[in-house]
Amino acid sequence: MADPYQMLVIGGGPAGLGAAISAKENGLSRILVVERDLELGGILNQCVHNGFGLHYFGEELTGPEYAGRMTGRLEGSGIEILCDTMVLSIHPGQDVHRVCLMSACSGYRCLDTETIVLAMGCRERTRGAIGIPGTRAAGILTAGTAQRYVNMEGYMVGKRVIVLGSGDIGLIMARRMTLEGAKVLACVEIMPFSGGLARNIVQCLDDYGIPLLLSHTITEIGGRSRVERVTVQQVDASLQPVEGTERYFDVDTVLLSVGLIPENELTREAGIAMDPRTGGPLVFENKETSIRGIFACGNVLQVHDLVDYVTEESEEAGKAAAAYVLGKATAAFAPPADRIIDVTPGKGIACVIPQKIRLDRLEEKIRFFFRVSEPSKTPKRVMLGDGERVAASFRRPWMAPGEMEHIKVDRSTLQEMQGEILLLTIED
Amino acid sequence: MVKELICIVCPQGCHLTVEEEKEYQVSGHRCARGVAYGRSEAMNPTRVLTSTVCVRSARHPRCPVKTSQPIPKKDLFRAMALLDDIVLDLPVHRGDVVVKNILGHPADIIATRDIT
Repeated sequence: MADPYQMLVIGGGPAGLGAAISAKENGLSRILVVERDLELGGILNQCVHNGFGLHYFGEELTGPEYAGRMTGRLEGSGIEILCDTMVLSIHPGQDVHRVCLMSACSGYRCLDTETIVLAMGCRERTRGAIGIPGTRAAGILTAGTAQRYVNMEGYMVGKRVIVLGSGDIGLIMARRMTLEGAKVLACVEIMPFSGGLARNIVQCLDDYGIPLLLSHTITEIGGRSRVERVTVQQVDASLQPVEGTERYFDVDTVLLSVGLIPENELTREAGIAMDPRTGGPLVFENKETSIRGIFACGNVLQVHDLVDYVTEESEEAGKAAAAYVLGKATAAFAPPADRIIDVTPGKGIACVIPQKIRLDRLEEKIRFFFRVSEPSKTPKRVMLGDGERVAASFRRPWMAPGEMEHIKVDRSTLQEMQGEILLLTIED
Repeated sequence: MVKELICIVCPQGCHLTVEEEKEYQVSGHRCARGVAYGRSEAMNPTRVLTSTVCVRSARHPRCPVKTSQPIPKKDLFRAMALLDDIVLDLPVHRGDVVVKNILGHPADIIATRDIT
């Protein structure tokens, strides 16, 4: 078998590209990116709308432009690319890991690599996942599938549309379908608040007069070969439909934007420890998973709102993986971690990344990314501490689960903390 | 009249208040772009339009496009109608002008990806 790769990246979307480019810049030379689609760029290719890159590139780009910037950096880098290739399994080893993959032109084969970066992204929840009663008519699609049909393949998916769920993709598709001549009758959200970014509610729904029905859900889909009518009902505080609130919408299309699931089948089968809160692997301060030399970044780790943060996160993972490979050679790396601290979401916090930190491996500053569990309209204080001491805190006038937040802490402050657990909480 | 807006310049989504009587004075912003957005949104709302046009390519039947700068909100559907008849030939490069001065505005329609 050939020399092992220094890094094998699974997924050629923004996360995989960010990790590969950063690893190259930090000294690795044998890097392979494996992508199952025919081209690199991942989901950015179908996100023709703008709003990407403000944070990272300092200008407003569309999805394809952002992807183009990233793939442009690959030119002349020597990073190897395998498209139209599916990774089937990961086999962790002591010094090298093995990755088995399949493609139409090369068949089945296995490659050895010193590090793996998991960058498989996420996929959409479907009708089956939320179990909407009704017929199995055509015209029920996830918003992302519809986005691919409309924006890349050039097929219009319907004329009269209802959107279930107010996640960002659903909002974006409500506008997209409207601009392409469809009538979007409503966007229906079971929660009393939207999971999408505030700016998307404004420019995708309000701009086009599309009503957002909060605390409502679809309780029945009717239609024989094609969707004909859906029933929408209000829900009570425990999210159960309220009798007598039925409303009927004559539509031919139902678009679902009901959540994203990090795509971690490979991760689980490899025996990597998972966090049920994020649906992704547990990671240390440098994005390394519970298995040495396997790192994770992007939506496979935690579902992000902004690709800009995916790029930043994947650059950190790529840099850490490079340090791991190059450090192994000097043997100075990987002293036994003397203190591991668990970072735990407390009151008001849904999840936090990273979940574990090794104090002796920290850089000068570390950022913890988190989501709140419910929206608040009154000012709240976010606090990270060991129960007695506060390591970092900040105030926000309002917060929502739809918007990922972060809190920055100095290494020196963390070293003063006592115990093995840090708690992230929200106080009034 | 006092208008309550959510700033859409960046994903922060600041809650702005624009007071028309006070010469469109803006409050609630966290950066200067919020002031500019609040004023223009109250006086003459504009948007960047993004869509796709047809390409003669088996692998990529659609090419994504955008307006090179925002156009008035009221013209979005007229601009969309103009895109219906456009068919591009290969190769297409990011930044290629597809329609110059759409509807007489300073904005062009430009391609947002390479298709070769």
